[in-house]
Amino acid sequence: MRRVVVTGLGLVTPLGGDVETSWSNLLAGKSGAGPITRFDASDQKCQIACEVKPADHEYGFDPNKRVDGKIQRQVDPFIVYGIDAAGQALEDAGLDDMDDDLKLRAGCSIGSGIGGLPGIEKESIVLHERGPGRVSPHFVHGRLINLISGQVSIKYGLMGPNHAVVTACSTGAHSIGDAARMIKDGDADVMLAGGAESTINPLGVAGFAQARALNTSFNDRPEQASRPYDKDRDGFVMGDGSGVVVLEEYEHAKARGAKIYAEVVGYGLSGDAYHVTAPHPEGFGAYRAMEMALKKAGMTPDNIDYVNAHGTSTMADTIELASVRRLFGDAIGTMSMSSTKSAIGHLLGGAGAVEAIFCILSMRDQIVPPTLNLDNPDEGTEGVDLVPHRARKRTVNAVLNNSFGFGGTNASLVMKKVI
Amino acid sequence: MSDTAERVKKIVVEHLGVEADKVTPDASFIDDLGADSLDIVELVMAFEEEFGVEIPDDAAEKIATVGDAIKYIEEHKG
Repeated sequence: MRRVVVTGLGLVTPLGGDVETSWSNLLAGKSGAGPITRFDASDQKCQIACEVKPADHEYGFDPNKRVDGKIQRQVDPFIVYGIDAAGQALEDAGLDDMDDDLKLRAGCSIGSGIGGLPGIEKESIVLHERGPGRVSPHFVHGRLINLISGQVSIKYGLMGPNHAVVTACSTGAHSIGDAARMIKDGDADVMLAGGAESTINPLGVAGFAQARALNTSFNDRPEQASRPYDKDRDGFVMGDGSGVVVLEEYEHAKARGAKIYAEVVGYGLSGDAYHVTAPHPEGFGAYRAMEMALKKAGMTPDNIDYVNAHGTSTMADTIELASVRRLFGDAIGTMSMSSTKSAIGHLLGGAGAVEAIFCILSMRDQIVPPTLNLDNPDEGTEGVDLVPHRARKRTVNAVLNNSFGFGGTNASLVMKKVI
Repeated sequence: MSDTAERVKKIVVEHLGVEADKVTPDASFIDDLGADSLDIVELVMAFEEEFGVEIPDDAAEKIATVGDAIKYIEEHKG
């Protein structure tokens, strides 16, 4: 059987424009939240977000490093983030300059939950105010979700599978799981996999607020707004950014002496078949996704050291936790589970991939990142190490990463160290 | 260089991300400045905006070089 390992990482997050900056800020307990700066949000119910910071910020993102200026002008920010994160991952893996044979066996599976909403909003105003003849010729291909995979394949000459998952907030996890299968099935030897999002624009913020999904009572205290499992949580904080990994067939990675971060050993998927935005009240779908991922990995819950929860800082947090408790049984007492959305917000289609990278780094550095703002744990959290406030050193050999999305779509990934 | 030429050059540099000294009257948008057909549509829109002229599709198709654009704008601007 072909095994799949992770050999490269790339991140653009509200805590940094690269992997090490994002990770060290996360471990230091920093928050990426602040007042919305991209537009005047004074008439919005939610006026805060975890924005990727500009290049001149202490931990900002410089798009000019890897993305051509002309392309930056033509495409939505989620594509810029995705191209950069993919470039970082390829450089990290030592695969940014592949030979022609490998390019035929290398592909992309980088998705997004929503795609180019800021550009759609902007051009619809142009259409309305100035007519169809003023709409940008780059409007369509600068907003389409699969255009991260498209742009990355053109930039790096990757001619293998070209794919893009769209499963709301499960996108990043599904992207990695699906791409791992493509390698297992022999469709490719190398896959760039992940997700990106950037919908901190008036329409995006208003839409999520109207769906009663966003926090609205922390506008004066942005850093305290994302508080998974805390009694005072009242909705997620929107974040933007991207996470992309290089997945590689194990023997291929070994033969070229690649640095191997982890092995993707389990992938579970399910549907809630319940409600468009709310999770199944018993977390039935979440339970089955986790159960399937563990079964595929040939592992039992007591093998898992760290769970990176979906934990969005909504009422759904305790539903997820209850399903984890049912699945883990007594093993819940020996693992740690945290929500890094407390620090970087909810990256929607980017979340699953960014969080998978945090899981991988947990195994590399033997430390688990914290759940910020967990001051008064809600009922149902008893006896679970939710890593409140501060990162903690501990043994981390295997991880479970959960992502759940609107529409009732669930994905779980299990990864472990390659020893 | 005329005022029109200066403004055309600025738009081309901005939109195509090319070095200013490459934007000569003889430079072909596609062959010398790396533009594709969509870039030209966008450039024509920017010229229309900047100079308040209308450049119909059949005229736009004949604009191959920077000089062609300057000439058309000089002849048609109000």
